[in-house]
Amino acid sequence: MSPIVTLLAQRISLGLLLLFLVSILIFVGTIILPGDVAQSILGQSATPEALANLRRDLGLNDPPLTRYIDWATGVLHGDLGTALTSGQDIAESLGSRFRNTLFLAFWAAIIAVPLAVFLGLLAVRYRDRWPDKLISAVTLASISLPEFLIGYLLMFFLGVKLRLFPSTAIGYRADADVFTRLEAIALPVAVLTLVVLAHMMRMTRAAILNVMQSAYIETAELKGLTTFRVIWKHAFPNSIAPIVNVVMLNLAYLVVGVVVVEVVFVYPGMGQYLVDHVSKRDVPVVQACGLIFAAVYIGLNMLADVISILANPRLRHPK
Amino acid sequence: MSDLLEMKNLKIGATVYPPDEAPHDIEIVKGVSFALEKGKVLGLIGESGAGKSTIGLASMGYGRGGVEITGGEVWINGRDVLKGGMKGLRALRGAEVTYVAQSAAAAFNPARKLMEQVTESTLQHGRCSRPEAEARAVELFAKLGLPNPETFGNRYPHQVSGGQLQRAMTAMALCPQPDLVVFDEPTTALDVTTQIDVLAAIKDAIRDTGVAALYITHDLAVVAQVSDHIMVLRHGEKVEYGTAEQIITAPREDYTRALVSVRQIDHPEKAPAEPVLTASNITARYAGTAFDVLKDVSVALSPGQTLAVVGESGSGKSTLARVITGLLPPSEGAIDFAGRTLSPALAGRSREDLRELQMIYQMADVAMNPRQTVGTIIGRPLEFYFGMTGKKKRDRVQELLDQIEMGEGFIDRYPAELSGGQKQRVCIARALAADPKLIICDEVTSALDPLVADGILKLLLDLQKKQNVAYLFITHDLATVRAIADSIAVMYQGKVVRYGPKSEVLAPPFDDYTDLLLSSVPEMKLGWLEDVLAHRKMESAGH
Amino acid sequence: MRIPIAALIGLILTTCYFVVAIFAPLLAPYGMAEVVGGVWEPSSEQFLLGTDNIGRDLLSRMIYGGRTTIFIATAATILSFTTGAVLGFSAAVLGGWPDQLLSRFIDLLMSIPTLIFALVVLSVMPVTVPMLILVMGLLDSTRVFRLARAVAVDINVMDYVEAAKLRGEGYRWIIFREILPNALSPLVAEMGLRFIFMVLFVSTLSFLGLGVQPPQADWGGIVKENADGIVYGIGAALYPAVAIATLAISVNLVADWILNRTTSLKGGRG
Repeated sequence: MSPIVTLLAQRISLGLLLLFLVSILIFVGTIILPGDVAQSILGQSATPEALANLRRDLGLNDPPLTRYIDWATGVLHGDLGTALTSGQDIAESLGSRFRNTLFLAFWAAIIAVPLAVFLGLLAVRYRDRWPDKLISAVTLASISLPEFLIGYLLMFFLGVKLRLFPSTAIGYRADADVFTRLEAIALPVAVLTLVVLAHMMRMTRAAILNVMQSAYIETAELKGLTTFRVIWKHAFPNSIAPIVNVVMLNLAYLVVGVVVVEVVFVYPGMGQYLVDHVSKRDVPVVQACGLIFAAVYIGLNMLADVISILANPRLRHPK
Repeated sequence: MSDLLEMKNLKIGATVYPPDEAPHDIEIVKGVSFALEKGKVLGLIGESGAGKSTIGLASMGYGRGGVEITGGEVWINGRDVLKGGMKGLRALRGAEVTYVAQSAAAAFNPARKLMEQVTESTLQHGRCSRPEAEARAVELFAKLGLPNPETFGNRYPHQVSGGQLQRAMTAMALCPQPDLVVFDEPTTALDVTTQIDVLAAIKDAIRDTGVAALYITHDLAVVAQVSDHIMVLRHGEKVEYGTAEQIITAPREDYTRALVSVRQIDHPEKAPAEPVLTASNITARYAGTAFDVLKDVSVALSPGQTLAVVGESGSGKSTLARVITGLLPPSEGAIDFAGRTLSPALAGRSREDLRELQMIYQMADVAMNPRQTVGTIIGRPLEFYFGMTGKKKRDRVQELLDQIEMGEGFIDRYPAELSGGQKQRVCIARALAADPKLIICDEVTSALDPLVADGILKLLLDLQKKQNVAYLFITHDLATVRAIADSIAVMYQGKVVRYGPKSEVLAPPFDDYTDLLLSSVPEMKLGWLEDVLAHRKMESAGH
Repeated sequence: MRIPIAALIGLILTTCYFVVAIFAPLLAPYGMAEVVGGVWEPSSEQFLLGTDNIGRDLLSRMIYGGRTTIFIATAATILSFTTGAVLGFSAAVLGGWPDQLLSRFIDLLMSIPTLIFALVVLSVMPVTVPMLILVMGLLDSTRVFRLARAVAVDINVMDYVEAAKLRGEGYRWIIFREILPNALSPLVAEMGLRFIFMVLFVSTLSFLGLGVQPPQADWGGIVKENADGIVYGIGAALYPAVAIATLAISVNLVADWILNRTTSLKGGRG
């Protein structure tokens, strides 16, 4: 087997192993820790009998291993359990919310990725001149604010004062036409874009600068090539891997941003669902959402590794 | 004007940003003038910081990393390249003037095939069609002695060896049929037996194509083989300019004379005695590998003498040092030291074992903690092994500083405030502080400029005489070996291929490898390269 | 030593914030939870920043809120740093299986986004200030671990550390005398960045209702309490934005300066 296939197989199985371990970690985190689900649901004033009954109903008296296996087999079959607070099937409630979240994240990515790469290139092209300095100042400002505050700032100025966009996404309906839906998520997408853009741009800039400082770029310049050819033929092929890596890592970062932004704009996605149920201490929902978020995060990281393996000339053309 | 290249009062500067100090400008090249005729080779020689590479790149109107040409003129083919603007420079670079870098491994783009890169400038400057350029590249590959010249260009840079890459870079420079090639230390990173072949290939290629060249190096013996003229540089200024013959045989300046007579230390060999160190049948490999780096190595070293372990990269010479220090326990074999058998692993050795066996490193820069003063660095072994403190310790540190000829005023300085040679001296003092019986010297002069290295070698010999300390001297440089060794072990691919007193090891009859190694070391005389190659040709014909 | 102007501004502002945090009870015009006026009164001489959603003085809330936020962030940073740095250094110096075990475990922890992990843990734990500090500090120590280990591994292969090992020095000398002095600057700079992250993190948690619990004031909580005003054009919820941004930028400027100093030290050798 060629080394590249071995390496890819290794990386992918590592991702799966990681996912398995994470599922254990999430399960153990919510079960072993001193907090008691039954107590949380019924409150401090609950009678001991009521507590005991609920514990039995929830299966809290079974050994942890049995409960984990039950839960994990359920997850593998698409059964995420039932929400304690509403009694609804979690997989069912999550389905539409997951799609909504993907819709939001998708548009944020579509705008942020090309913009970040373009601005990153711009910053490198005008390194240490005003475009670079302006870009890094804006970047510094936007990473110095939490996502939710950027959200409210945009909501206040663009939504309420200037009335350019709807202030909240509360009116979002998944069955509406695309333009209505896009208008509803304009501000959340703007916030996510800003947040992801800052990191992505900084890292893109660093990645390209790193390549531009290589000796082979000097060689290319000493061949009397045009700037365009130096960048296109010499810098670009070696920048793909680091840039793709940066993009993937930041899309993973989007996973976190989406949670907060959904709460700010009251958007019916998975993040809001998760936060809601954390406050209600609805453990099965938290477990399910946590696992899905972690899976997306691990998946994106794995993809980043796979792409950098595929882009490495040393691995593609072994000795 | 008949000159191809003429530099007039060239001045080159850069801005430096020292810590805790305002940035300021420094001058790297301070008004250098010279001219080069068509088809001639000029050698630029000097220590690090002499400005030789900077001058070479200036001939292409290029300043590396913030370096700027601040004054003077650079004329090529009757045009001042500094006045041509970016467009003029582009037309010049890669067409009229090309460049061969020290590290071809870094200078080739890892993502593209060699052929694309070798023919790129030829095609971009529209010198000929693609098939013509590729045919010329193949021809150059053949001329430079690359294997399978027809298909060599289909490979990627990481798929060929360092010596081959250096030749490929020469082919890349020659492909557009330039008027001038700048060779920037093209053989410095290579092993000595590889160097001679690359050097011969470059020399042939220069002669056959009739191109002019600037050949930059710190090694006078190398530059003497390829140059018509030599310019000696120091601190950005011209020291001496002359024909290669005049510089080598009749240098006018003291500095040049010193460079010519480098490593000519007279060191009579001592007779062997009861050894202080015996390594017997050492076999070793690194954890997680299936390959023995050392194979059945046995050497012995007499007290107060020097055993030089010489070999090229990958010969296992540094691994031998790691085994003796205990950093790498051998899989087989034993080490006897000062009448006792040493524990194979560092953890099993007594404090006395550690004290009597000291080590000096190649890079003095990273061998000293940058956050400790010279006083702490030298004082720690005194405190650690002998329990010295306070004034007693400080006095002893000063005494050691006197011994390494550094004297007063250094004790409270940090390593960053010392020159390269001073740093290595402090490392020697640190080793001496432990009052050792044996010091392992791992390429201790390789990173230093020739004259500084000479000073270090003389100091080491002087200290050996006074303290009766033995040296295990690991090096790739045979000139150093000649200068200081009492006995020599030649290593090749993990084995000792020749071992004995200096007079025997360096006298014929030789085994094949030692012969190759010895004959590959450039000598400070004109025509050496031709003599060696002719001799080798004769021998191989005789076989 | 010359301090660049940007770093100086950062240093002064950061100090101001900490002074205000420490002396909050003396500086705040009203009590933290004291209802003193109407709902969302505009700024006036009596209430410089106006009042909040239930008529408390916003300036006082901001000052007390800063105290809470900065206290939690500082404590969590210290916890994160001591845990991460000690484990990171130990892993680097010990090497072998302890290093492998720790590193793989940290990889595992880091494969879950920090906020998601915190939410999962906080869904079953009581939300109190010590618990917040503990959760935030431990989760963040993974990042410090990575940095400390990477820095220490780099230093550990230096010849001067090898020289110390050959001399027979113990782990204590090697960690505290050889490695730590050389690792300090990048770690201190990182400490600034971690502190900013902690401020953002605790604010986010409070905003989500899972951090500091009312009536105690903190910057994230102030946003949450006054968020409803936004749609009516009342900007009370935005004051914390200014506070957090200036604090974060100030600390950033200082951290940048420290980091630049280190790199120039490295480059300026010889």
